[in-house]
Amino acid sequence: MSTSSYQPAPRSDAEALDDTTEKSGNERNVTSADAALAPELLVRMHDLMLKARLLEERLIRMQKQGDGYFWIGGPGEEAFNVPLGMLVDRGEGVFHDYLHLHYRSSATLLAMGADPVDALRQMKNVASDPYSGGRNFAGHPSIRKWNVVPVSSPIEVQYSMAPGTAYAQKRAGGHGITIVTGGDAGTAEGDFPTCLVWTSRPGHELPVLIIVTNNQWGISTAGATQHGEKRISDRGKAFGIKCMTIDGNDPENSYHQIKRAMDYIRTERKPVLMEAMVSRLYGHSSSSGANYVQEEADCLMTFEKKLEERGILTRAHIDELRAKYTQELLDASKRVREEAQPEGSTIYDHVFAETNIVGLAAAKSRATANGRGN
Amino acid sequence: MATMVQAIRMALHVGEERLGVTDVFGEDVGPPLGGVFTATQGLKTAWNSPLDERGIIGTAIGLALAGQCPVAEIQFVDYVFNTIDLLKLAGGMSWSSNGDWNCPLVVMTPVGSGIHGSIYHSHSFDGMATHIPGWKIVMPSTPRDAYGLMLSAIKDPNPVMFLAPKALLRAKAAPGEEIPGEPADERQLSKMIDAPLGDRSQWTPQWPDTPDMFIPIGEARTVRKGRDLTVVTYGRMVAVCTKAAEELVSEGVDVEVIDLRTLWPYDWKTLKESIERTSRLLVVNEDTEVTNFGEHIIRRTVEECFYVLSSPPKLLAGAAVPGIGLADNLEHASVPQRAGIAKTMRELAQHQP
Ligand SMILES: Cc1ncc(C[n+]2csc(CCOP(=O)(O)OP(=O)(O)O)c2C)c(N)n1
Ligand SMILES: [Mg+2]
Repeated sequence: MSTSSYQPAPRSDAEALDDTTEKSGNERNVTSADAALAPELLVRMHDLMLKARLLEERLIRMQKQGDGYFWIGGPGEEAFNVPLGMLVDRGEGVFHDYLHLHYRSSATLLAMGADPVDALRQMKNVASDPYSGGRNFAGHPSIRKWNVVPVSSPIEVQYSMAPGTAYAQKRAGGHGITIVTGGDAGTAEGDFPTCLVWTSRPGHELPVLIIVTNNQWGISTAGATQHGEKRISDRGKAFGIKCMTIDGNDPENSYHQIKRAMDYIRTERKPVLMEAMVSRLYGHSSSSGANYVQEEADCLMTFEKKLEERGILTRAHIDELRAKYTQELLDASKRVREEAQPEGSTIYDHVFAETNIVGLAAAKSRATANGRGN
Repeated sequence: MATMVQAIRMALHVGEERLGVTDVFGEDVGPPLGGVFTATQGLKTAWNSPLDERGIIGTAIGLALAGQCPVAEIQFVDYVFNTIDLLKLAGGMSWSSNGDWNCPLVVMTPVGSGIHGSIYHSHSFDGMATHIPGWKIVMPSTPRDAYGLMLSAIKDPNPVMFLAPKALLRAKAAPGEEIPGEPADERQLSKMIDAPLGDRSQWTPQWPDTPDMFIPIGEARTVRKGRDLTVVTYGRMVAVCTKAAEELVSEGVDVEVIDLRTLWPYDWKTLKESIERTSRLLVVNEDTEVTNFGEHIIRRTVEECFYVLSSPPKLLAGAAVPGIGLADNLEHASVPQRAGIAKTMRELAQHQP
């Protein structure tokens, strides 16, 4: 198990978070105070965004060709989800970050180092699917060794669970935080205010990055027809929670804002509510056709243009990468197609756990932490 | 002679001291009150939560996933209904992740009628609870069982629901049913572990030295051996059925009473052995009768013991109405009463095919 590599941020970064919430509303964008990201980081970010997009497009193709029953995923959110995954303190136990994700989070997992083939396996519901053994839909991962809590279909429930992992993290000390994410429409569920209340109890504030990826849709229902609040992030204000609404279509901006929020949460041990404006590029799911939407901003295209203009990447190089990843994913999907389905006789497996897996993991991480004087 | 609520409190204390309990929490669970039924007075890990049942269950799940050992209280089971999807989530955590995670938590909550609780302090949850796979479900009928089952619930690596019959919370143990280590004098126990009235800020409990006495999940207890009829029951109905059985002794009717203690996974071995011996079955509980857990026991009995049965298996349960009315007459008409139970026992025992 890796130990946390986190170094506390300089104090000024946490203060910067304070400034803008009062003075200029919740909107946060890159300012001159944000150092330009190193070209290598931008190249890495692009690489992951491209791979994440191509993975989703492969999953959509698989579903359409009958190699899966249902597709749901996050194409259009890469500019937010990739920086998020890059900034996660990945590991097992309370001294690392916990992730309560939802069904549009594949880019975050890729950025954390997940093998894209595993997403294909879940799409094909084969026994080798490491997330659920062929039990759950595509886009519903579970990775205990990285604190990725099982993604489940009921909207918003993750916001009620997040305070629990964060409570354990606060008690343990260290810099581990809890990250919870979900969509805009889901914030109408009671679990959302549950998260606001439970993470801001006076004296018991919790280290949670509360994310809402706002694509302005809940399936077919436009957000504006159901929600009177100007900004979803405004809802945090009543609880004294630092809130921000950011342009999640710009990966550089996302990186800076997520980093700033995380630094604050890691050191202050208090929550931040971050609303990221994102696109939904293939509609809601396979149930609504999963076809590319021309009208919405495509963060990958915009970013590639920017990188070309700045001379960081060439079109030829991008085309080459695209062709390479497309081929790799196609080959992988063909291999996955041959893998075995789970046996019907296994349905009773794991109804009950035989051992306290999470308890043993906690004891192990405590021992490691003590060993290094945490 | 601990009461059930004192027994639960002592078990939670043992849990904190020796079994790794990290959090006992819920509405009014921490100081100064220590629970509306006093189950959590004086516990060092007890804390008050917001008035939010979804938050309580959700946070318990989060704590469990982070390797903690939480015991969450829902103040009355009547208020657990808006958490059912979260209960399903907890119950499905291991299965849905194909064994990647487990979810070790205890939810304790008072259930049932018998304290003039009217519509919203009288609900049962046994039928609902047994419909949520992945949970173990226990329901004690004595302080000693409450103590031992709570310890087992805490130790279990799975979510366990601890349904406490609220009418029994203040009932004392019968002689011979003490918890080892508790003082013989009940006033002394009260002095040691019941919070004083008035200012409690300086008070600390003096815990008696009680042992790790686990009562295994999944083991029924035969309360009364009998020849003519098997009665399967649990919770508040155990004592009612036992009294009804004793009434019938003078008539020469000999009834066996089994306290199920664990609803899931339940002790079919004990049930089957008894049913095959008496050839007659009556199931008694307070829950509404339609899609009642007793119906499952009867279904299994019919499927596996059909040819030994001498009478139709029968269920006595609560009326299928939205709640228990407050007036005595309404409550008595809604949940099984001793006289009615005795009458049914007599009829079944004397029934000739
Ligand atoms: C509790 C619950 N209600 C309804 C659904 C069906 N459903 C699935 S996704 C969805 C819309 C979610 O919209 P939003 O929260 O904005 O997330 P998005 O899909 O736009 O990312 C609905 C209604 C569900 N899965 N869970
Ligand atoms: Mg949406």
